[in-house]
Amino acid sequence: MELERTRIEIVDCAKTYADGTRALKPTTLTVEPGEVIALLGPSGCGKTTLLRLLAGLEAVDPGGRIVFGDQDVTARPVEKRGVGMVFQSYALFPQMTVAANIGYGLLVRGVDAAERRRAVGELVDLVRLGGLENKRPAELSGGQRQRVALARAVAVRPRVLLLDEPLAALDAKLKEQLRDELADLLRSLGITAVHVTHDQHEAFAIADRLAVMHTGNIVQVGDAETLYRAPRHAFVAEFLGRVNRLQRDEDAVARGVVKLGGVEWRCAVPSASTSLLVRPEDVQLGPRGADRAAATVKHRTFLGERIHLRVEIASQPMLVADVTRDSPYRVGDEVGIWIAPDRLMASIETPA
Amino acid sequence: MTSLRSTAAARAPLLFAVTLVVSVFMLAPMALSLMAGLVKNYSAGLKSGLTTRWLAQVWEVYGDTVGASLLIGLGCVGATLLLGVPCAYMLARSRSRAARVFEEVLTLPVAVPGLATALALILVYGQMASFRQSFGFILVGHIVFTLPFMVRIVAAAFQREELVALEEAARTLGAGFRQRFLGVLVPAVFPAIVAGCLMVFTLSIGEFNLTWMLHTPLTRTLPVGLADSYASMRIEVGSAYTLIFLAVILPVLWALQWLAAALQNRYGV
Amino acid sequence: MTQSSAGFGTPRWLLAACAAPAFTFFAAFWLLPVARLVALPADKGWATYFVILTDGRYAQSMVNTLLLSITVTAVTLLLGGAVGIYLARRRFVGRRVLLSLLTLPLSFPGVIVGFFVILLGGRQGLVPTLGASIGIPRLTFAYGLLGLFLAYLYFSLPRAIATYTAAAEAMDVRLEEAARALGASRLRITRDVWLPQLAPTSIATGAILFATSMGAFGTAFTLASKYEVVPITIYNEFTNYANFALAASLSIALGLVTWAVLFAARLIVGNSEVAR
Repeated sequence: MELERTRIEIVDCAKTYADGTRALKPTTLTVEPGEVIALLGPSGCGKTTLLRLLAGLEAVDPGGRIVFGDQDVTARPVEKRGVGMVFQSYALFPQMTVAANIGYGLLVRGVDAAERRRAVGELVDLVRLGGLENKRPAELSGGQRQRVALARAVAVRPRVLLLDEPLAALDAKLKEQLRDELADLLRSLGITAVHVTHDQHEAFAIADRLAVMHTGNIVQVGDAETLYRAPRHAFVAEFLGRVNRLQRDEDAVARGVVKLGGVEWRCAVPSASTSLLVRPEDVQLGPRGADRAAATVKHRTFLGERIHLRVEIASQPMLVADVTRDSPYRVGDEVGIWIAPDRLMASIETPA
Repeated sequence: MTSLRSTAAARAPLLFAVTLVVSVFMLAPMALSLMAGLVKNYSAGLKSGLTTRWLAQVWEVYGDTVGASLLIGLGCVGATLLLGVPCAYMLARSRSRAARVFEEVLTLPVAVPGLATALALILVYGQMASFRQSFGFILVGHIVFTLPFMVRIVAAAFQREELVALEEAARTLGAGFRQRFLGVLVPAVFPAIVAGCLMVFTLSIGEFNLTWMLHTPLTRTLPVGLADSYASMRIEVGSAYTLIFLAVILPVLWALQWLAAALQNRYGV
Repeated sequence: MTQSSAGFGTPRWLLAACAAPAFTFFAAFWLLPVARLVALPADKGWATYFVILTDGRYAQSMVNTLLLSITVTAVTLLLGGAVGIYLARRRFVGRRVLLSLLTLPLSFPGVIVGFFVILLGGRQGLVPTLGASIGIPRLTFAYGLLGLFLAYLYFSLPRAIATYTAAAEAMDVRLEEAARALGASRLRITRDVWLPQLAPTSIATGAILFATSMGAFGTAFTLASKYEVVPITIYNEFTNYANFALAASLSIALGLVTWAVLFAARLIVGNSEVAR
């Protein structure tokens, strides 16, 4: 099924609610045609608000603009925007069958019965719901309902597909399985999609690019790897994985080093920040030695495929190291820590 | 958990005794009335044998009230549906102060005694002879009294999160107001609508306070006829009439309850 | 997030159009008439509004009604609560039937309840007949205060039983299990676990029961009781003396008292439950 690829331009869009809450600060973002972008962030960060502005369910504050392709849709209500939306609760019409649900958008547009049946059949095959056409939503499982919601949204050939935490209502195991299915489906449809989630793994799996949001602002946009390896803000680093914080006093900042466990390491990137971030998997353990920081293992947690070790180190807070399951170190061992210089990330505090 | 329940109840002689006494108190008159309507002579009791004579007499004198009450009940249901469902939607969606005031005002006929409402209607419309002496006058009183119930039940259903999401989903699919109201919203609150119809019908059939003041000898409903028979007729006739009331109302109540439960199961909303 | 914001939800004019028919009907057949009714006593002088307080007979009637309603409400909550809790926890053959029979009177007009009390305690009633057969004369109670009280109890219990059964079923058993595990006595459990959980229901139901009792007419009418309640007074003033203004004044007083109680209960509990 071939769908239109539309560019989305969001220019200076903000949203203030009637009671005064600034849910979204002026935001600018461009979504390339055919791209799947994830709006990622904790609850209250404004991601759902932005999605609803794109849908046309809420009005943008004066001064903002939303453009689909070459058409300014800012003033258009949702009925006229040509978006497809998958809701968190799926919002399937309870008294209609699966086929009727999927065909509803076509029915509303006056498509005749034969054409509707054909289109619905095509979609049922696409999302692999064959045999369930005459069931009602109450008789379906969570995963099946999600697929009906998706098929219904896509049936009207929208220019843009919007997904509001589509996997939130599912349990963990099902989520993982459906995540990949959803990613494949979106790729094969080729449609421009905006996907809201608070789950980073979901965003990593499904989206081409991620926009990390925090208190109404987009903090950083990029593909998963860039955001993970080179976060520009502490918030992004902390949201997308675990981080350790290394403190630096004035002297260390002035000389461009970080002091820990009796050694001083040069920082690869000059930085004025008083704390540096390092991921647990970049903290390498070995025997004590010259250029290594002296540390003692205080706590060991076996997690199956990995082991977490908490090590105590002089002049720094406790570090968490993420090592392979064959790592020989136990509680009480004296170890030497080494971190590759390019794995030390500068921490810019995120503005509120 | 079953063991907790049974042991707790087994050791609750006081609750059991209360339940027993209350049950006897509530059920004895119903049984008595059933018996009284079917025996030849109430003072003699069952010994005098059973008869349908009283039922026949009631039907002859008061038979038309049954039809009148049923029609008014149905009319009430129809009117409250047409007036109440759109109104419920507005109250559920509107944030304005006016809507909240209207919602509050709508609850007043429930607090104000039926007598007062009847007096008010007579005061303003009593002079219009053809209206005053028609069943329409009674119907209007019933609608005014039952409308708040329909509105409240359906508005609560419209306000639920799922309904809001359903409406938004329909809008994203391009549905205009008429399409989504009739095709999505109303079917989705259907269980609540049925519950509302049940409540309205029950209230209308049993309504007396209002109707007694509004009725004329030519426009009598079932409860009005009942009051009349209790005052002026033998106890057997009154009982037989009560029996007829039960025979009319019970099947309808059960049917509507069954329908509501079936809908709940089927659509799970 | 749930409500439509200005301009992008259902347009305001459309919402108003939805409510217009109901509003028009309501304005024409209730608001306007009741406003006229409220203004009526003024025709005979402002003092007419306070006749319920000034005239001994009417004040007595109001006191009668209040006392009766309060007592009936209290007793009903107690008995209804006991039955509700018992039926919610016990499973036995015929439980469903019993429950539906006990709540059946919700659909009865008040006159039937009056008739039932006459069947039980009128001149040919069950109790006097039984009493006479064992030698106790004149156990006729239907036409006095006891008869009225029992009748009011009869139409109030079904509502209490229905709500309490539902509420008791929704009660969290785990709280009670925790209390029992800590060794609490039956009395303590009733006081510390059951009562707080049932409090909102009790207040809401109590308010409705009170309002119903205050405005009940058919029952007292059928029993032709000597214990005069306000609805009967209103009826008499209007029918026998064609005293419209007085009837209006009494109605207003009755309505105000009832509305005040319902309003207070709504404030305490929150909107949804009392509204029924």
